[in-house]
Amino acid sequence: MDIDMVLGLYNYWIVIVLMMTGFYIVIARGNLIKTVIGLNVFQISVFLLYITMGRVDGGTAPILHETASADQAYSNPLPSVLILTAIVVGVATTALALALIVRIREDYGTIEEDEILILDRES
Amino acid sequence: MIAVDICILALLATTAVAVARIRNLWAAVMFTGIYSFLGASWMLILDAPDVAFTEAAVGAGISTVLMLATLALTSREEKPIKKFPVLPLLVVIVTGSALVYGTLDMPRFGDPTAPVHTRMDPGFIEKSEHDMHGEMPNVVTSVLASYRGYDTLGETTVIFTAGIAVLLILRKPPKRKTNAAFGQEQEGSHG
Repeated sequence: MDIDMVLGLYNYWIVIVLMMTGFYIVIARGNLIKTVIGLNVFQISVFLLYITMGRVDGGTAPILHETASADQAYSNPLPSVLILTAIVVGVATTALALALIVRIREDYGTIEEDEILILDRES
Repeated sequence: MIAVDICILALLATTAVAVARIRNLWAAVMFTGIYSFLGASWMLILDAPDVAFTEAAVGAGISTVLMLATLALTSREEKPIKKFPVLPLLVVIVTGSALVYGTLDMPRFGDPTAPVHTRMDPGFIEKSEHDMHGEMPNVVTSVLASYRGYDTLGETTVIFTAGIAVLLILRKPPKRKTNAAFGQEQEGSHG
């Protein structure tokens, strides 16, 4: 466990902390909006994980230009592309989840999971 | 650079914990926006400006607006919890430890010999200049729209489906009044 290893893996560890915070919000909180927020936190941490892996030491953004030297290193464009897609899909699913929450609130009058379960059992 | 990196990551972790702990939903949504924005800044440092722009505009912007709209239609406060949830914390710690154990074999940050960078030869960067006739300097764009155009088509399909679904869910049914009356009657009979 030397300093190089810690610095080299620090990003991944923080990303895991963020991921687990999101996971905790999802499983520990009964409020539906809070659950969606937790999913969002989780999602962004996954994006960060991918982008971290795409980075190259001494590299720059993958935009080619004439003034760059021939052996200029570029970060990997593939994780960027995958995450661009994932961000937009993530917002689409968030919108869907929020619409469902609005409907649940209209029908049940609450967005707390335990209260909804009680109402469901009673009916 | 590494100092900025460490600072932003520490801020990200702090914001995430704040989101988890705060009871007021409005504040939690705002913290999520800050969290997205910090993530976008960090992506810029990691040489992914396209993702950073998208995250800042879509993740921090549209998501926050959508959530605020939902808050306006529902409630702003979260119900206080009675007892501290021990089991979820335990699950999270165990999962997190397993993941950290998994990272020990990961290539180090910025390592140019990592499998991510070497498994495609020639990579998109080498191919792009020739394939795009030198007219598309941004490799991310050429991969997004050309090499992996089907992914983008799939993405558009998902967004379209989600949009239709949101419209159908939020559509006011024609016999709204009778439905509401029926619901009240049910509630009354059980209450």
